Amino acid sequence: MIVFQSVSRKFNGHATALEDVNFEIDPGEFVSLAGRSGAGKSTIIKLLIGEDRPSRGRVFFGQYEVNKLRDNELPAFRRHIGVVFQDFRLLPTKNAYENVAFALEVSGRPQREIAELVPQVLDMVGLGDKTNNFPHELSGGEQQRVAIARAMIHRPEVIIADEPTGNLDPFHTAEIIKLLEKINQLGTTVLLATHDKEVINNLERRVITLDRGHIIRDEKKGKYILV
Amino acid sequence: MFTVISRIFHFGFKNFSRNGWLSTATVAIMTLALLVFGGLILFSYVTQQAVTSIENKIDISVYFNTNTPEDQILNIQQSLEQLPQVANVGYVSRDQALATFQQNHANDQTITQAINELDTNPLEASLNIKAKDPSQYGTIADYLNSPNLTQYIDTVSYAQNQDVIQRLATIVRIMDRGGWAATIFLVIVAGLVVFNTIRLAIYSSREEISVMRVVGASNSLVRGPFVVDGMLSGAIAAISSVILIAPIVYFISPYLDNFIPNLGLFGYFSSHILQLLVYELAFGVIIGAFSSFFAVRRYLRN
Repeated sequence: MIVFQSVSRKFNGHATALEDVNFEIDPGEFVSLAGRSGAGKSTIIKLLIGEDRPSRGRVFFGQYEVNKLRDNELPAFRRHIGVVFQDFRLLPTKNAYENVAFALEVSGRPQREIAELVPQVLDMVGLGDKTNNFPHELSGGEQQRVAIARAMIHRPEVIIADEPTGNLDPFHTAEIIKLLEKINQLGTTVLLATHDKEVINNLERRVITLDRGHIIRDEKKGKYILV
Repeated sequence: MFTVISRIFHFGFKNFSRNGWLSTATVAIMTLALLVFGGLILFSYVTQQAVTSIENKIDISVYFNTNTPEDQILNIQQSLEQLPQVANVGYVSRDQALATFQQNHANDQTITQAINELDTNPLEASLNIKAKDPSQYGTIADYLNSPNLTQYIDTVSYAQNQDVIQRLATIVRIMDRGGWAATIFLVIVAGLVVFNTIRLAIYSSREEISVMRVVGASNSLVRGPFVVDGMLSGAIAAISSVILIAPIVYFISPYLDNFIPNLGLFGYFSSHILQLLVYELAFGVIIGAFSSFFAVRRYLRN
């Protein structure tokens, strides 16, 4: 369902973020992207959600060829994906409920459906009692759970998490990873980018390891090993 | 479609109230800009009245020799009235002139006696000519200079007041044009100030805009609430500027009356307050919407 075909991304001709990257992800998989900062994990994610375009190669998502999408086609495309970021990226002027509801509102879902779904999902991530709190009133772990609720509310085919635990302590990290596994069990593909060795080793799932823009390892039950 | 529009308005109003400080600052700046705008509208009324009052003071009078028959003068009046430059011509007969003169000097014993001792009326009949435009007095004076008229005419006041009349005509012209230039200039300045204020307000929301896009919001759903926000700020600023102008006009109106008689600025203001409000609302809402529209645009590109 996700295919990278000889994808390269270079900046100004010489700085190389990715070089000749090839991989495929099937529906229902839980894949970790491992590697140091700057190895190219975030670039892969940006190319996948259409925030950036490859210098060479093609990126497919389902029936979409992402590198060919025009600006005005991106919003509709992104409603197939749920994205979770290291810095949460919640809307500061909206409370937890409204942040989650926003992902449904942008796709024009009726108010009735929204009012029914949002509390369910917030319950699922364990924030049923904090629906009216604004992001600055929530802890980091709670904010990330709101972000995950927002990413999954429209039942995307894939959830992409870019260093979702980068700003969290080990306790909250474990909580977030558990949540992602739960989402995966319900049938959603999960792509997790992280440099957290512990996270990857505990998962025992497929690991794609990147180093300086190259894929150096792609294993079904991977460990975090560099070089 | 309806859901999208109602959500845009809903988000717009909510953002406005939740960004309390930012909205207040924007509204305050817009209010100042709209004060300038409203001031200009009132200023144009003041200059107009000033110009009219100056224009009304300018005329030329033609004094006829005492032996000119009244018929002849009335003929000349008619021929003057047919000139395209002339607005109106008033006839003052010798008897009327005397009556006015006596009335004006009723308390002056010496003059009353001197007049009474004369057998004949020493005063001359005159025509008071008003031009449609102050710059046209020269042409009218030239017409009066034609040889078939000069035989009846004793003096033409234009010759004596030529300098003053021309200077006043220039002032009238400059006030008219200068007023327009100042209006256009200040409206542009006010517009730019508002545009930049809104740009800054939206700059502080650029993160939010990128998040909205990542979540899959279409451009119109990202932009719409900001435009609604801008229009709302403009509307509130328009209302508050009119509320602020009212007491200012009330206090300066009597002082202005000293310079320009019968100006009645406050009267004009209170009778045109709705019209002024409509202008201010139109200006505020349009510029608020435009500024937001263009300010958001740069963050919508990927």
